[in-house]
Amino acid sequence: MPSRTLIRAGFLTLALALLALFGASLARAAADDEEVRATLAQLRDADFDGKTELIEKLVTLDHSRVAAILQALSDSRLYFQEDPERIVIGSGDGAEIAIEDAVSGETLGQAGKRGLDRITANNRLRSLIENRLAGLGLASADPQQRKAAVEAFLRNPDPAGAVPLRARLEVETDGGIKELLALALALADLASDDATVRAKAATALGGQMQTEIRGPLTRMAAEDSDPAAREAARIALTRTEFRLQMLGWAETLFFGLSLGSVLILAAIGLAVTFGVMGVINMAHGELMMLGAYTTWLVQQWLPVNWSLPVAVPLAFLVAALVGIAIERGIIRFLYGRPLETLLATFGVSLILQQAVRSIFSPLNRSVATPDWMSGTILLGPLEVTLNRLVIVGFCIAVFAVLWLALQRTRLGLEVRAVAQNRAMARAMGVRSARVDALTFGLGSGIAGVAGVALSQLTNVGPNLGQSYIVDSFMVVVFGGVGNLWGTLVAGLSLGVANKLLEPWSGAVLAKILVLVFLILFIQKRPRGLFPQRGRAAEV
Amino acid sequence: MRLPPWLLSDRAGLVLLAVLALIGVGVPILNLWVPPDHPLHLTAYTVTLLGKYLCYALLAVAVDLVWGYMGILSLGHAAFFGLGGYCFGMYLMRQIGTRGVYGDPMLPDFMVFLNWQELPWYWHGFDLFWFAALMVLVVPGLLAFVFGWFAFRSRVSGVYLSIITQALTYALMLAFFRNEMGFGGNNGLTDFKDALGFPLHADGTRIVLFALSALALAGGYLACRWLVSTRMGRVLVAIRDSEDRARFLGYRVERVKALVFTFSAMLAGVAGALYVPQVGIINPGEFAPLNSIEAVIWVAVGGRGTLVGAVVGAVLVNYAKSWLTGALPEVWLFALGGLFVAVTLLLPHGLIGLLRRRREATA
Repeated sequence: MPSRTLIRAGFLTLALALLALFGASLARAAADDEEVRATLAQLRDADFDGKTELIEKLVTLDHSRVAAILQALSDSRLYFQEDPERIVIGSGDGAEIAIEDAVSGETLGQAGKRGLDRITANNRLRSLIENRLAGLGLASADPQQRKAAVEAFLRNPDPAGAVPLRARLEVETDGGIKELLALALALADLASDDATVRAKAATALGGQMQTEIRGPLTRMAAEDSDPAAREAARIALTRTEFRLQMLGWAETLFFGLSLGSVLILAAIGLAVTFGVMGVINMAHGELMMLGAYTTWLVQQWLPVNWSLPVAVPLAFLVAALVGIAIERGIIRFLYGRPLETLLATFGVSLILQQAVRSIFSPLNRSVATPDWMSGTILLGPLEVTLNRLVIVGFCIAVFAVLWLALQRTRLGLEVRAVAQNRAMARAMGVRSARVDALTFGLGSGIAGVAGVALSQLTNVGPNLGQSYIVDSFMVVVFGGVGNLWGTLVAGLSLGVANKLLEPWSGAVLAKILVLVFLILFIQKRPRGLFPQRGRAAEV
Repeated sequence: MRLPPWLLSDRAGLVLLAVLALIGVGVPILNLWVPPDHPLHLTAYTVTLLGKYLCYALLAVAVDLVWGYMGILSLGHAAFFGLGGYCFGMYLMRQIGTRGVYGDPMLPDFMVFLNWQELPWYWHGFDLFWFAALMVLVVPGLLAFVFGWFAFRSRVSGVYLSIITQALTYALMLAFFRNEMGFGGNNGLTDFKDALGFPLHADGTRIVLFALSALALAGGYLACRWLVSTRMGRVLVAIRDSEDRARFLGYRVERVKALVFTFSAMLAGVAGALYVPQVGIINPGEFAPLNSIEAVIWVAVGGRGTLVGAVVGAVLVNYAKSWLTGALPEVWLFALGGLFVAVTLLLPHGLIGLLRRRREATA
């Protein structure tokens, strides 16, 4: 809506004007009030061309109220009061509005609209005013204000307004604003009469992705009278296109990494139970669900911002305890019979689902996102949602901790020993039953931690686990059973592949295609991307 | 008439066939000729329910053939069941003709609703009964053959095979949920009117469908029983017990496996095709991984590697399901989950195994 942008621009420039007021009063001697009044008096009867001239004159007057007056004119709030005769600025709606003196800024109380004659402006005048106000803002001492002023010019370039910009460029010290100023000047130069200046400006603007810049460049590439300038604009546009494309790829890549890290989080616990122990745990998804519900419960007690750091260890504990119970109660009787393990743990998954449904209701629970995880952040030119970024980092952290636990701790050593040769490990004094229980607890606990992350991305309900179980098994099998790095690579590549396919095929079809690819891949390499070699592979 | 020896020695199977013959005759009588107010009268609802159980039992027999005798735990048999069902459902859709809500002579209602102009190529031919009936066998069979051929040739076995069969049915479920596939998307195929000119809601038609299901189950059972008693059946068991040894002895393991897997998928397809006209709808939910696993648990409850056990398990579990989901809906998943755990821990040979052991103990 144009009127809304106008209002927004109004607020911005109002603030700007106030600052300009300070700056101007310090730097320069104020212009005479009477001179301003005299100029304003002519405004009432002038036609639009006359008003244009008067506005230009006001800008040169260097008076502290000029910004406010121009803004009021642009917002159609500048009135001529008949009795006593003066120019006032009104604010508010209704038959009676509050007025103040345009030149002194003194409040004059309420006045009926009947006695006020509005000084009209058209859109051409408004854009002129925005432009000139930007010029006024350039003098501000606050870099933010100066930046805003240049940006206002970029939105609404006008060759005539380029003069203060050029002057400012000479003295500007802030690097960012300097760059922006150069851009704004180049944009102004696009309208130059000199074809070489136009071509040079177009070249300078190449690779800039703002629509305000792409629009004029596209027009120039199509209709400029000079062939060299057209060519320059075309080359500049190609550079822009290229950058846009790169940005698109980077975005896809990030979405892919984000999906990949979710897949890894879901699969990494499985990489321990299935990969290291060889136990098929179909209740893995439900352990994630328990982690997500733990998060929800924690949020009932603690403020949302503090809930996640508490929920992560708690979810690990809950899921690990349930996992150990499953291992001690069921799985340990079924070692060496993987198909039966699969069925029994599937039974457990049904029981857990129904338990959650009975205790918490079958409806989804909403888990809130902490403030520090919501919103977006700029990574270079790329705008990413903060929660996805946090989850990518979280995934890396979980992976690193798990890897260290398996490689650098006593338990990790025992786990690997039992996985490689159970009999020999026992002969060396490893209590294999205890190691089995703890390994399964570790894998389950990581599933719980993954559940905390998932609670930030999807709905938390009894079916949460089911939707990830096929995916996570595929990730583990694709990466190669018993290989944590394989899981990492598999999860990331599946995530990225999914997102690369999505724009071309749609989300569901992308998923189907990835599944079909995986089925074919396993036919070709049944042991995954990174098969285990040596003795461990024969077991 | 003398029975062949492979059937004569199968006492449990003879009992099953006798029971099937009995209900095949008895149910129509109790439904059609016993007056409605008589306590022995069977309602049309019960007949349909029994027919459904028989279809499930046929699916269970198909699962038992590959799991119990060949050691392949397929978590994707619901896919073959669903495909058979969709093939026959497409025939039933085409039979609706102008009686649909939109009255289009060629296009089913959902296609008109999606603004499709003509019938997709793969829908052609399904207005012919013989073609649809053929496809009920061909489509699941072909998928199973292609899938099995590649999987068995690259020696994918054990849990890996289970996981990719599950991925297969999951992928099919996602695909059939898509409207663009041309199978009615989320809603699937429904609102059937008649098959071969017989209205599906008539009592007579229901009875015929029920009898056909009983016949198909008996036929499927006999075929599987015969298969496992042949030399090839012995090879199957050999593969189950030691695949490498069977291969070293010179048997082409992957061919046997692919062949039997395909046959099993066709049986599942037939079960699906008989299921659809009785329940009156087929939708992508039939492809859900849970359904495949449920079929496996029927077999486990009855006792795998017995065929009769599959039938017993399917009927018992589904009876329990109908009863529990009606009486105590909260408890059903607990019961099913508990059943999975209890059967694998306590009853590795199922109910039939329990009976056999008891008989051996007393003998």
